[in-house]
Amino acid sequence: MPEHHQPGALAHHFETYDQQKEASNLGMWLFLVTEVMFFGGFFLAYIVYRSKFPLDFAYASHELDVTLGTTNTAVLIASSLTMAMAVRSAALAKRKAVVGFLILTMLFGGVFLGIKAHEYHTKWVHHHVPGPHFEWHGEGADPHHAEMFFNFYFGMTGLHAAHMVIGIGLLTWLCFPAWKGRFNEDYHNPVEVVGLYWHFVDIIWIFLFPLLYLIGFHMHGH
Amino acid sequence: MSSTTAARAVPPPKYNYLNAEHGIKSWLLTQDHKRIAILYLISVSIFFMLGGIFAGLIRLELLTPQGDLVSGDTYNRLFTLHGVIMIFFFLIPSIPAVLGNFLVPIMIGAKDLAFPKLNLASWYVYNLAGLLGLYAMVHGGVDTGWTFYAPFSTTYSNSYVVPTALAGFTAGFSSIFTGLNFIVTIHRMRAPGMTWFRMPLFIWSHYATSLIILLGTPVLAISLLLLVLERTLHIGIFDPNLGGDPVLFQHLFWFYSHPAVYIMILPSMGVVSELIAAFSRKRVFGYKFVAFASLAIAVLGFLVWGHHMFTSGQSVYAATVFSVLTMLVAIPSAVKVFNWTATLHRGAISYDTPMLYALGFIGLFTIGGLTGVMLGTLGIDIHVHDTYFVVAHFHYIMVGGAILGYLGGLHYWWPKITGRLYNRFWSQVSAIIIFVGFNLTFFPQFILGFEGMPRRYWSYPPEFQVLNVLSTAGASILGVGLILPLFYFMASLGKKGRWAGPNPWGAVGLEWETSSPPPPHNFLEPPVVTHEAYAYEELHPEPTQKEPYVA
Amino acid sequence: MSHKFPLLPVQASTVAPEVDALYWTWVAISAVSALLIAVAVFYFFIRYQRRKSGQIGHQDHGSTTLEIVWSVIPLVIVLIMFVWGTKVFFDQSRPPSNAVEYFATGKQWMWKFQHPTGKREINELHVPVGRPIKLTMISEDVIHSLFVPAFRVKADVLPGRYTTLWFQATKVGEYHLFCAEYCGTEHSLMGGTVYVMEPDDYEAWLAKAPGSGDQLATGEQLFQRFACNTCHFDGPRARGPNLEGVFGSTVKLADGSTLTADEDYVRESILTPKAKVVAGFEPLMPTFQGQVTEDQLLQLIQYVKSLGDKGAKSTPAGQTTEGAQPAAVTGGAAAPTTGG
Repeated sequence: MPEHHQPGALAHHFETYDQQKEASNLGMWLFLVTEVMFFGGFFLAYIVYRSKFPLDFAYASHELDVTLGTTNTAVLIASSLTMAMAVRSAALAKRKAVVGFLILTMLFGGVFLGIKAHEYHTKWVHHHVPGPHFEWHGEGADPHHAEMFFNFYFGMTGLHAAHMVIGIGLLTWLCFPAWKGRFNEDYHNPVEVVGLYWHFVDIIWIFLFPLLYLIGFHMHGH
Repeated sequence: MSSTTAARAVPPPKYNYLNAEHGIKSWLLTQDHKRIAILYLISVSIFFMLGGIFAGLIRLELLTPQGDLVSGDTYNRLFTLHGVIMIFFFLIPSIPAVLGNFLVPIMIGAKDLAFPKLNLASWYVYNLAGLLGLYAMVHGGVDTGWTFYAPFSTTYSNSYVVPTALAGFTAGFSSIFTGLNFIVTIHRMRAPGMTWFRMPLFIWSHYATSLIILLGTPVLAISLLLLVLERTLHIGIFDPNLGGDPVLFQHLFWFYSHPAVYIMILPSMGVVSELIAAFSRKRVFGYKFVAFASLAIAVLGFLVWGHHMFTSGQSVYAATVFSVLTMLVAIPSAVKVFNWTATLHRGAISYDTPMLYALGFIGLFTIGGLTGVMLGTLGIDIHVHDTYFVVAHFHYIMVGGAILGYLGGLHYWWPKITGRLYNRFWSQVSAIIIFVGFNLTFFPQFILGFEGMPRRYWSYPPEFQVLNVLSTAGASILGVGLILPLFYFMASLGKKGRWAGPNPWGAVGLEWETSSPPPPHNFLEPPVVTHEAYAYEELHPEPTQKEPYVA
Repeated sequence: MSHKFPLLPVQASTVAPEVDALYWTWVAISAVSALLIAVAVFYFFIRYQRRKSGQIGHQDHGSTTLEIVWSVIPLVIVLIMFVWGTKVFFDQSRPPSNAVEYFATGKQWMWKFQHPTGKREINELHVPVGRPIKLTMISEDVIHSLFVPAFRVKADVLPGRYTTLWFQATKVGEYHLFCAEYCGTEHSLMGGTVYVMEPDDYEAWLAKAPGSGDQLATGEQLFQRFACNTCHFDGPRARGPNLEGVFGSTVKLADGSTLTADEDYVRESILTPKAKVVAGFEPLMPTFQGQVTEDQLLQLIQYVKSLGDKGAKSTPAGQTTEGAQPAAVTGGAAAPTTGG
């Protein structure tokens, strides 16, 4: 296989490109393990409280907009597709395609965050943001436990959104070497590992969406 | 091995990582794992001294039963900061970030760690964490105890909880970067012939430690983050008024903080394996058992966090399960102690300072570990939980174990890191002073705890005074012992310091097959490994000088 | 309290000798083990000192047999101690069925104790010797922990949930009680004294000195003051369930689940009534959070408990006093509820 590498793409402490690539992949997978444990603590707390007051959580969840949540889920899945396309384009050394797909991915991410911001604003207006201004007028749930649900809603989606922002930052950073044509079959690992990160953030949302939006789906209105 | 019989005048190596580049930028922007290790050495030493000052103030206050040296609020901040600094800014980074960073690549025959830039980043992140902590300290500190229990930390404390929690959070990132780097390096960058079971036990310990770091530290991160969210954004996950459970915080916190103690001790155990082998001049007895014991400790260590919570209101059945698992986790540690002891049998033992530290470790870790099993015994823990018995137990492990291992490692590898020899006599004296001072400080605390003196007490009933005075006396001796190394280590670097040569101890290990200090890429030629670890019989290494430490 | 130099804490409860036997056995095992290792290490250290500069050790190759032996023997020892320790722990955790119930609240930075007769104390607890006593406890703010070293008992005191501790004092005297969970500025000052007295002296003490009066009457008064009785009574138009016979019984909730009505359930029903609505009733009950203090909650609970005897009840929960007698319904210095 002909070598396409630019001088300097192989770091001085590695012997071969393969070693460098495997190290980089292993590193990102290990980092994702830490992210699983990180979010895991939050999910654990959610499980504890949802099993303590399941009905209250369901009633509170009913307040969320399932349409917007579904839209966001679709947006993220689409962004994972464009991300995967970016990785493929990098391996094929198609630099304009890489940049194009990276930008598309960022756009989808931006749409997600925009919809999220709108949802947060709606919650603020309805006094469903935890804290001194929280008000709950629903009949079905105890107000304190409803507020606890919103603790999780804001905490978990907020943490997820923070990860998305970081992801968009990483994508922006990738655009520069991509535009310069740095990526090719031998060396496209940065795109691949950022792709891994982006897919991971997507998967977190796949779990968050049903746990936050869908548990109250069949509750009758109050 | 080259052996120069000319006694004293070992020439300094011409080209090494210390003189390869000059200037402050070459240090602050270095990607060389060896230089990063030295950067860490400086940082952790500063924090160690700060934590030590707080310890000194605590012990001074406890000379008298009344709270008279400082106010109650100040005392609460002193013990909190002592704990936060010592655990997050000294014990957790120390061996991995100083000795591990320096030695892991060299011991496996690699040119550097897998991610040199990440390594440098981890030092900067550590310092950022330190700045956050210092910010909190300068503004009056934090008074929650290093354990940050809710709802005191979330709702009632008026101190700088958020910056301190963020400091811990950030320090966790630094730790994760180091652990991640080690795992990838050990998996992917071993020299040809360096199979897993030819690696030094120091590497096995660091591998196991890194596994714990990766799996556990993020849970600390989320615990601290939830605390910060509750304090700043009213996201009250632990608020009883909202149906929250403060004990949930304890579960999340201890899920990390128990494995954290294994993060603190495993590297030290790795050092001890190296010291015992080198100063008995034989392979470690039961090498595979010691290696697997490290992994067993890492795994079992995640299953026992509830033993910190026996009195917290959890069910008796949960307590029972945690107790039996705690008993199990003691066994691999015991196996290691027995194997080290067996290594001494028919060895060729030298009384150099690193060996003194290793033996001190064995004794003090044994006592600390046994008292740990006592604490895991439910009937006893109900009585001694949250008393000075616990304080004594963990100081036996952390100081008697972890710190003695760290100091032993520093004394062993100082010649490799700096190329210089330090004063033998003063190093042996300070090891003995530390050992004596340590025991005088902490043994009385076992008695105090069983008597019923609770911990985190600024003032106490008068009948506890005699033992407290003994403890403080010991602390002053311990302090002297801990300061001494600063002097002779610094002196070794001066004009009169003697050069060590590649193998001052006549030990087996890849690090001793390169110059002291090593060249920038560790080896002049990439090594190929053909023998087991500690292959003294096959290699018969000679020390660089016949008597490196004469006078 | 003696100012002498104490090495052995006094044993003043039934469980203390058990704990001490366990402790000293472990100390002995530890001392022997540590000594064995120390002797071996010292002996090898001296016997196998390096004589010549290039000398190496004798290269042995390990021994699987030895590894098994020195893994199994410690394992057996620790498991034996685990079983014994758990047995002691169960004794420490499970009050006998005839334990008399007292209440305690912890708050920054004091302890409030309440006797079955309603008498209250601050930072001091007078108890009769030879009688099993169970403390049900809760915190008004942060986590505290009640610790009496002489009794060898300790239990955390939590906000939002009841925890218990029990002991039977065996020796007349005065003993320290401490807060053993760091709780802020005056944590180390949040202590007091347990006074163990002869039963007659205890009765005499109980009879005199100002107290807050009969606890049950106060609980009953609160029940009326907060208008609980306007919904909770025996009749077809009652908007809430009749509370007679409820305490300790199995309750069916609106969502189909069941639970046993214990102290935590009563407290939760008063503070967050919508959380566990009883089947067949509307979620109408208002919350009293912020209006009722933890002490008042304890009084109300005691009252609801006393109503428990008037109706049929199923098997009571493990935590409640089984076969609960109404605590001194006649009030004042009545004889203790159980023979002890």
